[in-house]
Amino acid sequence: MITVSDLRKVYRQGNNEVVALAGVSLEVPTGKIHGIVGHSGAGKSTLVRCLTLLDQPTSGTVAVNGKELTNVSASELRDARRRIGMVFQHANLFDSRTTEENVGYPLELTGTPKNEIKTKVAQLLELVGLDKFAKAYPSQLSGGQRQRVGIARALATDPDVLLCDEPTSALDPKTTDEILELVKELRGRLNITVLIITHEMHVVKQACDSVSLLEGGKIVEHGDIASVISNAKGRLAQTLMPLPGDAPRSAGSGTILDLLYTGDQATEPVISSLSRQFNIDVNVLAGSVEQLSDQQYAHLRIQLPAGINEQEIINHLQSNGIAVTVKGTK
Amino acid sequence: MFDFLTPTVQKAMLTATWETLEMTLISGVVTAVVGLVLGILLHVTGKDGLAPIRWLNVVLSGVIVNITRSIPFAILMVALIPFAALIVGTSLGPVAASVSLTLGTIPFFARLVETALRDVSSGKVDAALVMGSTKMQVIRKVMVPEAMPGIVAAITTTVVTLIGYSAMAGLVGGGGLGRMAYNYGYTRYNPEIMILTIIIMVIMVQLVQMIGDAIARKVDHR
Repeated sequence: MITVSDLRKVYRQGNNEVVALAGVSLEVPTGKIHGIVGHSGAGKSTLVRCLTLLDQPTSGTVAVNGKELTNVSASELRDARRRIGMVFQHANLFDSRTTEENVGYPLELTGTPKNEIKTKVAQLLELVGLDKFAKAYPSQLSGGQRQRVGIARALATDPDVLLCDEPTSALDPKTTDEILELVKELRGRLNITVLIITHEMHVVKQACDSVSLLEGGKIVEHGDIASVISNAKGRLAQTLMPLPGDAPRSAGSGTILDLLYTGDQATEPVISSLSRQFNIDVNVLAGSVEQLSDQQYAHLRIQLPAGINEQEIINHLQSNGIAVTVKGTK
Repeated sequence: MFDFLTPTVQKAMLTATWETLEMTLISGVVTAVVGLVLGILLHVTGKDGLAPIRWLNVVLSGVIVNITRSIPFAILMVALIPFAALIVGTSLGPVAASVSLTLGTIPFFARLVETALRDVSSGKVDAALVMGSTKMQVIRKVMVPEAMPGIVAAITTTVVTLIGYSAMAGLVGGGGLGRMAYNYGYTRYNPEIMILTIIIMVIMVQLVQMIGDAIARKVDHR
């Protein structure tokens, strides 16, 4: 479990104060994958650097399994850092070391005996599927393989938390999915807490149980995937389940509604039952239906016929647990 | 054609070659060791370094390195003769010349090391720190090994420079091929000997460069 409370970071730039983090609090329970999304400049990089204490936060605390990382001595901090395994965007492997030497590096630091390192490294490489590449140098590996080495290295000290900073941003879509699958699989096998910082919504959809939206150094929205998607007014719902880019805003006459719904409702024939029950024709203008972490999610834009009691229909939909936004009438 | 190679000249040529090698070797080894430490200090105490110490960086970089490097080597060498005499007890011979050679090339080599270290991406240093490395471990286990191809190239460049400088050192009492070329080739007007010393030095430089490049290739896994 990782607990962050009221983390602030203020940089001085000449006479100006730049607030990079304006009080970030979050908690990720053991065994969960949490995504932190945000545009560049939202404070993601600062957050990562403060979480690992590469930068000293101005105030606030970071704790792993209740053990604080902030306000400790340099040697305690080094020990605490071993409780967090970190995966970087560009893997940041050491080019002068082979795969196995890279993975063994964190163990060398603590003076682990050579044969113990050897056994542990072999296990880790098997875990990430790179046992055949033990003697290869990073330059001989593909981007995806390098990231796997990075993950194995991050896991070498049996950390409680895996912190991934844009882990797939430098990878192609297929490799991205492979890496995310690996992270999910590792979470299952090691019961490790995972924090993924990313700008890619795809990553959140693929891998995360819960998500926070970082903006202007603050978390402006957060929750598990199902709850943020069903919050139709939230920005995460719109970005996680967007309508196709050219979704028409109007067609003919009649009220246009955006519907967002999850789970059980998504598998129900919502539209056709609406038609039958109210004896109306419903026009579907645009929509997307997706399966994310074993849940169905749907985002539809529909148009009701003109001249009917639309409030009744809206009430009916809402009573069925569907989030409705009125987009306007034509 | 090889008439000029009388037994006396042959013997002198061998001695001179050895003296040049001796000067290059002594000053090369000392420069590599001391210069590496100085280069690391220049880098880590710098503004964005691992352990920024402003005053130390100003002293090392601004005062020691820059001042030494701005004095022409010929002048520095002469100026350091009393110092060499103090350290090795004589101001003559290749060992005495090595003192000035070493002091003259350390700042040059240190700058090259600093540049090589700067090329190690900050991401690697961050990764090492996040994994719980001490600063010393970051330097020894990450920064220096990662910069090794650059450091080897810097050593090669420095040794080549030393071969050239050692000829200059020969003129002020150091001996070696520079002295040989001057005494036999110039003052006694014996162009064959002049040319021969040049050929020997060219071969030396070529060998050093070849060996240096081969080692650099071997340690470069980028």
